[in-house]
Amino acid sequence: MSKKNIIIYSLILVFGLGAPFLFPAYKLQISILWILTILALTWDIQGGQMGYNSFGNILFFGVGMYVCSSVQIGMFFPLSEWTASGGEKTFLHTTSQYFQGFTYGLIFAGIVPAIVAALIGYGILGLRGHYFAICTLGIGIAAGEIAGGIELIGAGQGMTVPPWPKGIGGTELRSQFFYYLCFLTVCVTFFVIRLIYQTRFGLVINAIRDNEDKAEAMGIHTMRYKIIGWVVSAFFLGIAGGLMGNMIGYIEPTEIAFAGSTYGVFMVLMAILGGKGTLWGPVIGAAVFHVFKEGFWTFFLGWQYVALGALIIVIVIFFPEGILGWFREKYPENFGEVVDEVDRTAQVELT
Amino acid sequence: MDGILLGVLFALVAYGMALQWGVMNIINIAQGELVIMGGYIAYFMYTAGIPPAFGVIVSPIIMYFIGWSLYKTIINRVVERDMFISILATFGISILTQQLMNFVFGADVVVAQSNFGTTMLFDYSVTLPNAKIFSALVSIVFAVALVLYMKKSKLGRAIRATSQNQRAAKILGVDTEKVYAATFGINAALCGVAGSLIAITFTLHPYIGLPYTVRSFMIVIIAGLGNLPAVALSGIGLGVFEEFADYILGTEFRIAAVFLLLVVILVYRRFKLSRKREYLK
Repeated sequence: MSKKNIIIYSLILVFGLGAPFLFPAYKLQISILWILTILALTWDIQGGQMGYNSFGNILFFGVGMYVCSSVQIGMFFPLSEWTASGGEKTFLHTTSQYFQGFTYGLIFAGIVPAIVAALIGYGILGLRGHYFAICTLGIGIAAGEIAGGIELIGAGQGMTVPPWPKGIGGTELRSQFFYYLCFLTVCVTFFVIRLIYQTRFGLVINAIRDNEDKAEAMGIHTMRYKIIGWVVSAFFLGIAGGLMGNMIGYIEPTEIAFAGSTYGVFMVLMAILGGKGTLWGPVIGAAVFHVFKEGFWTFFLGWQYVALGALIIVIVIFFPEGILGWFREKYPENFGEVVDEVDRTAQVELT
Repeated sequence: MDGILLGVLFALVAYGMALQWGVMNIINIAQGELVIMGGYIAYFMYTAGIPPAFGVIVSPIIMYFIGWSLYKTIINRVVERDMFISILATFGISILTQQLMNFVFGADVVVAQSNFGTTMLFDYSVTLPNAKIFSALVSIVFAVALVLYMKKSKLGRAIRATSQNQRAAKILGVDTEKVYAATFGINAALCGVAGSLIAITFTLHPYIGLPYTVRSFMIVIIAGLGNLPAVALSGIGLGVFEEFADYILGTEFRIAAVFLLLVVILVYRRFKLSRKREYLK
């Protein structure tokens, strides 16, 4: 790890740890920024590194969200009665019950989507190019529609997650708790992804992106790697979903959990905006995009989706390479320092 | 019976999608939004007091120009690029137009009354609204007219030449830029026809565009590009399937059934091809 890298990492760490005290009013916004970063990072495993442009990764986000809160509730109370009571809150978790349920919930929120990804992966990852894109788009939307039809998890009305226990401090503590949890998750995600890009796995999925037939001819079981990549994405997405659901406190099938037209598109946009196929691209893209988005939501209230649609078109037409891609073209000699070592050595080898 | 009449409509939209996919190599996610937009033109005429059935003539003309200007502003920048870029760009158009329609026409479900009455068949055992028969007939007329146009006219031949080999067509003096614009316009016009028919037979809502896109995509991947009888057949098949899904699973799962059918078809075709070590491309 070079000196510059250490400076960057420690700056981010200081910002991440100190943000709730520096900007107490924006705590929720910064937590959502970390969640968005996870979304962009995990999307980039498929879209950027593997060359499989998925529109349906939101599926795992939503599944994680529903699984997490179902486990949290179902461990102690009958789930159907909880959803039937709606916002009445007739059941209350004690402090220990809450944290116990939350821990198990998050674990399951990671594992269940990963299993789902492994199960559907074999069928779907055999599709290529735009067929894959449209197929995943279909899955994401179908999941939302199905979740909206199941009574047990609240159907179209959605469900509430367990409220923060009363015994241990108020909303201030709650938001800080979720903030640090989000930050921890994004750090773990980042370093796990960084690690797997540095191993043989990273090289293999890049080979799949560049020429899948050739990779297969070289004796690589491409399908196995593709599925593993998707499982890794799904695991972290599921945990992010579980966190998001608890942070918002309310789950709704098509607008929050399987929000194809918001988070489902955001993750693609963020990765492209930052520069897909790089480690830092999605992180930068998420930060820039989040600032933009909040600006839109504040200044163009009511018109935000129009602005969003226009933004998509502008990004896609004028910045298909993203911010990092632009820098790479402009300052190729500095670029090796910005990205991780693997990318740099790969570039040096190429030239 | 409803399913068949519905399927003819789907086939019309799907034919437009197959056209631009074949010619321009673009998958238009905004296809469904163009349909809904065409429908709102008919609805607008209805609120202005003109019988909405005339929308079948007016809305394709307006939609042709909307499609043409969309091409000139946005699509011509992405048509030569990677297909994923064009998917994303049209997705952006889709979100944009959805919201604009939401602002202009409101988020309510609307329907344009055509006052066509109903027909009873087989001693009142089957009731058919005349509007649906009308829409099926109009779709067939437009489809046949389009096929003839593509076969006989100069522009039609230019479009077919471009879809076979874009570079060769360019060398032989076809203005491909113009052909692309015309193709996109014709596609939008077809969507306009379908939309105005939907306005009189079904309901309109700014956010129901995407299922139409998915349906037409599905029909195209089953039927192949530019094979009109197959497009019509699979369109009808899809319409019948939807009615059954509606009946068996319940209305709340109707959209989900459509999307899941798409996934199932794609995965089925993938497994069939992978036996020969090929893949969908």
